[in-house]
Amino acid sequence: MQEAKTQSIAKSSAKSLPPLEIHDLTVAYSKRPVLYGIDLEVPQGSMVGVVGPNGAGKSTLIKAIMGLLPVASGWIKVFGKPFQTSVTRVGYVPQRESVDWDFPVNALDVVLMGRYGRLGPLRRPSKSDKEIAMACLEKVNMHAYAKRQISNLSGGQQQRVFLARALAQESDLYLMDEPFVGVDAATEAAIIEILRELQSQGKTLIVVHHDLTTAPDYFDRILLLNMRVTAFGLTKEVFNFENLQTAYGGRLSILSEVALSRAQKKLEGDTHENISE
Amino acid sequence: MKTSRNKPRCGFDCRLNWRALASILGILVFASVSQAAKIGYLTETSWQEQAIEFWTLQQPSVRMAVLGTVLIGLCCGILGSFLVVRKLSLLGDTLSHAVLPGVAAGFLWNASKDPWVIFIGATAAGILGVALVGWIKSTTHLKEDSAMGMVLAGFYGLGITMTTMIQNMAMGNKSGLDKFFFGQASAFNGGDIQLLGIISAITILVLLFFYKEFLTISFDAGFAKGLGMPAQTLHYALMALLAFAVVVSLQAVGVVLVSALLITPAAAAFLLTDRMHWMLLLAALFGMLAGVLGAFISYLSNDLPTGPFIVLGATFIFLLAIYLGPRHGILPKMLRRRRQRKRIALENTLKAVFHLCEHGHFERRVFELKELAQERNTNLKSVEREVENLIKAHMAKVEEKDSHLEMSGQARFRLTSSGWLRACEIVRNHRLWELYLTNAAHYQVDHVHDDAEEIEHLLGEQLVKRLEDRLQNPITDPHGRLIPSREQVTV
Repeated sequence: MQEAKTQSIAKSSAKSLPPLEIHDLTVAYSKRPVLYGIDLEVPQGSMVGVVGPNGAGKSTLIKAIMGLLPVASGWIKVFGKPFQTSVTRVGYVPQRESVDWDFPVNALDVVLMGRYGRLGPLRRPSKSDKEIAMACLEKVNMHAYAKRQISNLSGGQQQRVFLARALAQESDLYLMDEPFVGVDAATEAAIIEILRELQSQGKTLIVVHHDLTTAPDYFDRILLLNMRVTAFGLTKEVFNFENLQTAYGGRLSILSEVALSRAQKKLEGDTHENISE
Repeated sequence: MKTSRNKPRCGFDCRLNWRALASILGILVFASVSQAAKIGYLTETSWQEQAIEFWTLQQPSVRMAVLGTVLIGLCCGILGSFLVVRKLSLLGDTLSHAVLPGVAAGFLWNASKDPWVIFIGATAAGILGVALVGWIKSTTHLKEDSAMGMVLAGFYGLGITMTTMIQNMAMGNKSGLDKFFFGQASAFNGGDIQLLGIISAITILVLLFFYKEFLTISFDAGFAKGLGMPAQTLHYALMALLAFAVVVSLQAVGVVLVSALLITPAAAAFLLTDRMHWMLLLAALFGMLAGVLGAFISYLSNDLPTGPFIVLGATFIFLLAIYLGPRHGILPKMLRRRRQRKRIALENTLKAVFHLCEHGHFERRVFELKELAQERNTNLKSVEREVENLIKAHMAKVEEKDSHLEMSGQARFRLTSSGWLRACEIVRNHRLWELYLTNAAHYQVDHVHDDAEEIEHLLGEQLVKRLEDRLQNPITDPHGRLIPSREQVTV
């Protein structure tokens, strides 16, 4: 009853307040700015691909939103409030390399961590928490590996466990740092399927992505980043050669240029179809 | 930035072996130097009497020493587990060395060894040392291990200087300071035990209440912060608990060996389990066991020091874990491999018998040993052994009218029904795999046999079913031979 109430409140406030709003954000590592003057407002229900060259500050942006890095200036609001007061509404998938996979936990233990934010201190996970964690593992097709120690999983399986943990958070905004690194094509397809399902439930996703060729297929919005926001908007409108050249500073390789022009043609084809319909 | 993922567990083991070696060397060096580092002071009794006296816990000094070492083992085992899983093992070393100036300062405060004053001084120095490591790491681009190495040695040097000065000063009761170097469980008094009890209780309660928080920040600090956990506070809480544990352990094992007490029981537990809570329980158990063991051995004779024996006890437990651990242990691995080899040998014999049957168009099911020897291309002796193994596994039997004969070339045998089923299964696996390699993976027909020789022993029922579906229930293998059908196998 109470839960339903808070949910309805959450829903109504979600409509009025954007999931993520960033104003004039500057983040610096020992005085050297990595992100500079970022302005961003992400509408609810969008799936944003964050794209940019190495060192553009993609992961830094995610970490800054999470409050993991000190902000030099500007502010970030998550559902209209500072991150710390809306932690339970944000799910997080860190880079796979950020943890030690020899750690003595099994896959279910890791997914269960996703429930801890809702539990708060001094409370142990209940039976229903465990059931939810198990259901999340099932969603990423990993339930058969629930009791496996995590170092015995392949890279793609580990990534799916991380995704399941984020699902267990049952959040409204998801931040994902390179969820497709080191996974095979089948896993990538499975993950993108799950992300689309989340989006269809009205959740907002912000995904750091390194593959320019798949980016326009996966995301309905693109954030082109290189220390500053080069472009942000609907994929159809901003994912073009000029913007990418600006973001990558003319450092696009021939390969990605070719791939890009193909992707763009495909996008144009899509719009034609839409028009003819 | 591929870091820990690809690092084999062996790296971890080697480091610990080095640690164990260092502990032993340390004992060899220091045991001769340190005097009176033992609990018993009797001289004329035999060790049996000493042992009885120890285990009956009649002497208050024994009770005190056992209680003390058990509590130390408990604290250090639990807290050390977090160091081991967070790859901060050197931090225990740093802490234990960094507390020494604090011990000396606490002693100087009122020229006596008041446990509380020394405790406060030592804890402050230890936390200062850890903070200094953090400061060096954040302000320079030196890495953590260099920072720890420097702080460790610097504080230790300062501590030695201070204690030497104290010992040269004209003061009353200055004895007992040197035991902080080498440890002396016999010196436990009521106050020490009280302090130890309080620290142990705090450690257990904090970890009981905040287990999930400590688990999460240890595994994935970024995610923990994202959940709203106060990761920084929890980290410092853990460091403070560690400092407490190190300081109260100093008396028993000494500055040099206390880090072994933090790491060795936890490392042994790490080898035995894949779950954090079991690791904590096991490490606590091993720590306590090592404590009792050390106290007991040093009680047996006058010239045996306590601290080094506690550490030796822990090292012994660690060696047992390496050797006997059910999953990663050397012995079980060896046994598993042997069992596997035996099974493969058995299956190869069965396969040879199947081939014999096949050559005779399945009209004859009873064979002489020497026929099998010919088929297997080996001598009679090894074939005898193989068939004996089959008989032991109830997969073959000797023809009844031959049973009076000893196993000889003429002895005839046949497969039992279970042996026959297994033989069909193996041949089936072999041929299915050959077919899969040629049809689905496009290998050349003459390349597939060797691979199938290995894979046939590894295919499970599930995989075989999938192979069949993929190959649409084939009848013959790439060489044109019949694949024994599922009906043949299951009926």
